[in-house]
Amino acid sequence: MNRKDRILYFIWLHRTGLTIGALGLGLALFPCFQDNPYILGISNLIGIYLIITIGLNLFIGYAGQISLGHAGFVGLGAYGSAVLSTDMAWDPWLAMVLVALLVALAALLVGIPTLRLSGHYLAMATLGFNIVIYTVLIQWDRVTGGPSGFAGIPPLSLMGVPIDSEFRFHYVIWPLAILFLTLALNLVRSGLGLGLAALAQNETAATSLGIQVSRAKIQVFVLSAVLASIGGSLFAHCFNFVNPHSFSIFSSLELVTMVVIGGLGSVWGSLFGTALIVLMPEYLEFFETYKDIIHGLILVVVLTLFPQGLITGLRYMARLKIVQRRKRANH
Amino acid sequence: MLTIEKLTKYFGGVPALDEVSFECPAGRITTLIGPNGAGKSTLINCVTGVLTPDRGSVRLNGTEICGEPAHRIPYHGIARTFQNLALFPRLSVLENVLSGLTVEAEKGFLKSIFRPPSTRNRERRLRLKTREMLDRFALADKADWPVSILSYGDRKRVEIARALVSEPRVLLLDEPVAGLNVGESAAIGAEILRLRNLGLTILLVEHDMDLVMAVSDVIVVLDSGERIAQGPPQSIRHNPKVIEAYLGRMSLTA
Repeated sequence: MNRKDRILYFIWLHRTGLTIGALGLGLALFPCFQDNPYILGISNLIGIYLIITIGLNLFIGYAGQISLGHAGFVGLGAYGSAVLSTDMAWDPWLAMVLVALLVALAALLVGIPTLRLSGHYLAMATLGFNIVIYTVLIQWDRVTGGPSGFAGIPPLSLMGVPIDSEFRFHYVIWPLAILFLTLALNLVRSGLGLGLAALAQNETAATSLGIQVSRAKIQVFVLSAVLASIGGSLFAHCFNFVNPHSFSIFSSLELVTMVVIGGLGSVWGSLFGTALIVLMPEYLEFFETYKDIIHGLILVVVLTLFPQGLITGLRYMARLKIVQRRKRANH
Repeated sequence: MLTIEKLTKYFGGVPALDEVSFECPAGRITTLIGPNGAGKSTLINCVTGVLTPDRGSVRLNGTEICGEPAHRIPYHGIARTFQNLALFPRLSVLENVLSGLTVEAEKGFLKSIFRPPSTRNRERRLRLKTREMLDRFALADKADWPVSILSYGDRKRVEIARALVSEPRVLLLDEPVAGLNVGESAAIGAEILRLRNLGLTILLVEHDMDLVMAVSDVIVVLDSGERIAQGPPQSIRHNPKVIEAYLGRMSLTA
C-alpha cells in the first residue's frame, strides 16, 4: 500500500467517526458565522426533532415496525417537564431524566400488548394511543392548562448559566443530538442492530438464529419513546411554552414523514429528512399554507420511487450499480 | 444424539404427527422422507420450537429441549435452514451470514450503544469468522452484495453458510436442494457429506431421491403423521410399505 492508499483506507475505516467529527466541528463553528437568532432557532428545532426521529427511525426503519403515535411520547415528555419544573420547581435536568424514565415505563406498558400486532393493526393501536394522550392534554386543564397551553416553563441552566438564548441553546441541543446520533450509529452496527434488521425482514428466520423477536421490538420501542420524551422536554424548555396541538396525530405523521423521506434504516437519513421538513416551510412560503398536502405529496413520490426512503434507496441503487459494473468487468 | 420420542401434534383434531419416535445418531445423516402432508415440516417445526407439540419429547444428548421457545434452540447448538429460503433480502451476503452468529454476539444494550473495546474486538472476531465461512462457500467476492440479486443457488449456499457459521452440533436441513440443478445439487450433497465427516449430526428432509440415497445413513419414512419405516437406504428402497405409501405413488405419477 502506498501512502495515498493508506490515507484513503484510514478514512474509509474511520468514516463514521470522521463524519461525526466533521459534523460536530461544523456545528460548533456555525454560530460564529451565523448569529441571527432566527436562523439559530431553526437549527435548534432541527436538533430537537433529530433526537426524536433518530429513535423513531430505529423503530420504523430498522425494526420494520410502524408508529403513528410518537408525538404522544413527545407530548408526555414536554408536559412532564413543564409540570415538574414549573409547578413543582424541580431542576429541569432532573425533571427531564425522571420524565424520560416514566415515559419508558409507559412505553413498556403500551408496547407489551400492542407490539404483538403488526402492520395496519399496530398503526391503528399507536394512533389510538396518541389520541388518548392528546385528549388528556386538552381535557385535564387543571394540570396541563388545557387547549390554551402551558406557559412560563423555566429555561434550562448549566452550572448556573441559564440557557435562555438561541445561541446558548445551540450549544446544549447539538452536543446532545450528536451524542444520540453516535449512540444510534453504534447500536445499528452492533449485533442487536443486525438483529433488528433481521427481524424486520423475516421474523421466523430471525427467531431461529436466537433473536427474541418480541423482546427486541419492545426494547427498541421503549428506546424510541425515551428519545421522543427527551426531545419533548427540550422542546418545552426551549420555547418556554407548550400547547397540546404540537402533539396531535398530525405531528406524529410529520415525524414519520421525516423518517421516511430521509431513509428507513439510515441514521444519517434521519438528519437529512428532519432538516428538509423543518427547513422547507422557511424557504418556500406556499409550503406553510399547503403543508399537509405537500407532506402527503412528498411521501407518495418518495415511496413510489424509493420504497426504502431517499437516502437508503439511493444508497441501495449505488450499491447495485457498483456490483453490476464489477460483474461486467469480470466477464 | 437427537432423540425424538412419541412426538404428537394435532391441528384441530387431525394428527399431523402421531407418536413419532426415532433417533438421529451423532455424526450421522438421518433423512426424513414421506409424501406431501406426511408431517415432515411439522416435525422440524416441533424440534425447533416454532410449534409446541401436544405430547412427546425431544432430547439433545439427554437434555429435554421440547417446549423451549424457538429463540432458545440455537443456544443448544441446533441450526436450521428453511424449505423456502428465509434470508434477509436487503442485507448483504456478509450480514446475512453474520446474523448466524447472533448466539455469540453482544446482548447487552449499554455495551451495544457505547461499544467499549471488548465489544469491538468481539465484533471483529465474529466478522473474521464470517469471512472464513464465505471463503469456504466461495461467496467471498460477493460479500457486499445484497442477497436479493444473487442467483438461487448462491442464496441456498448463503443460507447453509448462515446455519453453519455458529458451528452447531446438530444441523436441520429442510429441502436443501429443492430448485437446484443437478450440478448444484451434487455440490450441496458433497458438502453435506463433508459436514458429517466433520462430526455434525444432520437431520435432512428431502424429496430428491438421488441425494437421499447417496448421503443418508438412516432413512425415516413418515406417512400421514406416522412413522412407517426406518432403516438404511437399501432396506428402505425395498420396503413394500414404503413403496406403497411413497415410492409407489411417486412411480404412478411419474
